[in-house]
Amino acid sequence: MIAALRAVLARELTLARRIGAGVELGIVFFLILISVTPFALGPDQKLLSRLAPALLWLSALLATLLGLDRLLQADEEDGVIDEMMMSAAPLELVLATKALAHWLVTGLPLAVLAPLLGLMLAISPDAMLPLALSLLVGTPALTFIGLVGAGLTVSLRRGGLLLSVLILPLTVPTLIFGVAVVREAAAGQPFATPLTLLGAITLIITVVSPFAAAAALRMTRG
Amino acid sequence: MTDATTPPAQGFWAAFWSLANPGRFMVYSARWLPWLWLLTGLTMAYGLYKGLFVAPADYQQGESMRIMYIHVPAAWLGMFVYATMTVSALGTLVWRHPLADVSQKAAAPVGAGFTVICLVTGSFWGKPTWGTWWEWDARMTSVLVLLLIYLGIIALWRAIDEPLRAARAVAIMTLVGAINLPIIKFSVDWWNTLHQPASVFKKGGPSIHPDMLEPLLVMGIAFSLLFAAIHIVRMQAEIIDRRADRLAQRAASRED
Repeated sequence: MIAALRAVLARELTLARRIGAGVELGIVFFLILISVTPFALGPDQKLLSRLAPALLWLSALLATLLGLDRLLQADEEDGVIDEMMMSAAPLELVLATKALAHWLVTGLPLAVLAPLLGLMLAISPDAMLPLALSLLVGTPALTFIGLVGAGLTVSLRRGGLLLSVLILPLTVPTLIFGVAVVREAAAGQPFATPLTLLGAITLIITVVSPFAAAAALRMTRG
Repeated sequence: MTDATTPPAQGFWAAFWSLANPGRFMVYSARWLPWLWLLTGLTMAYGLYKGLFVAPADYQQGESMRIMYIHVPAAWLGMFVYATMTVSALGTLVWRHPLADVSQKAAAPVGAGFTVICLVTGSFWGKPTWGTWWEWDARMTSVLVLLLIYLGIIALWRAIDEPLRAARAVAIMTLVGAINLPIIKFSVDWWNTLHQPASVFKKGGPSIHPDMLEPLLVMGIAFSLLFAAIHIVRMQAEIIDRRADRLAQRAASRED
């Protein structure tokens, strides 16, 4: 079973690279997003540093949403989901692995890149590490919430917009605690409370969402 | 929505499954509905009279506080309807109750409606009291998020054509929302709080004068009755709608 899941992970990462959704492109995307921001807000360092945590978290949200409507749909169309259902590995774990692969090319690069992007947005040095940490801990929650939405809209031709409408309200807690970690850290306050709460949310969602997504996929087969 | 074979059961469960037959539901609901409307009208008239004319004005907020008699019950119902939908979702997924998805589809827009009433009246109340139409305060934001979840659910209903599949998709979404709502509520509370704290349901009894509490509770009951009545009407409409669909399909297949 572990071998099967490892194969799924390898397949997803290869696919992501070949269809132009690999890590490199993700990094370029974040770089462009953060470079465009000062043109919208003006080059005021103080303003930028105040908005930096929010901007990085919104980038995470955008990046998660972008590939999400194809996360399961492509596999549904060419019958891979049916194969997965018949395989020995439980569908829930296969879906969790797919979500993990999605996170590895969207959430993780952002977390690793966060100090550099933070530097560009003049974030205070104290908040740099907490920023990366909050993204590392919190972005899996975004991906796994998205997995539920992807499962529910898998059979819809133009499910992207509906998907966003369904999952964005559910990302509110992640956003709140993710930004709070950075804000507290920037103010020199201890940030353990929001960080642990963020971790708790990620854990809950990681457990619940594969079951919901798997139920949604089984449902499309009547 | 085929007629369920009624398992031999007693009491509550017997009633639960006997109403599972849409035909029987139509008969019973048609019999009770006029009385339900009458009761709703009477309760609401009494509650509004007590609230708008008899209850004293607030010593700080003056007459504007009477908005409370609409605002607070609407907020209660906004949450209560979601709870109803959660139970219906369980009914769809666990018991495969034939009326559960009808109930859920009928409830969602009503719940969204109550939430909108709550937000709009809250806005009217906020202007004279806080001096602003909208404030990103914790409880207002929670209700707004609740509304967004309602809208997402309604959009999902519309996006999937086949009623049975739509019902299951919506049921899953409703349950995921039900798990998330307490987390959202908690996190938003943690994020910002300006709203006056809850004054009816709390430890050590309500912190509200009995003269104001009575109309408020009466209005709460009136709103619940109103929801029950609207809900039943919408369920009847949905059942008739599906029958019409089936007849149209049958007619179309006969012509082939």
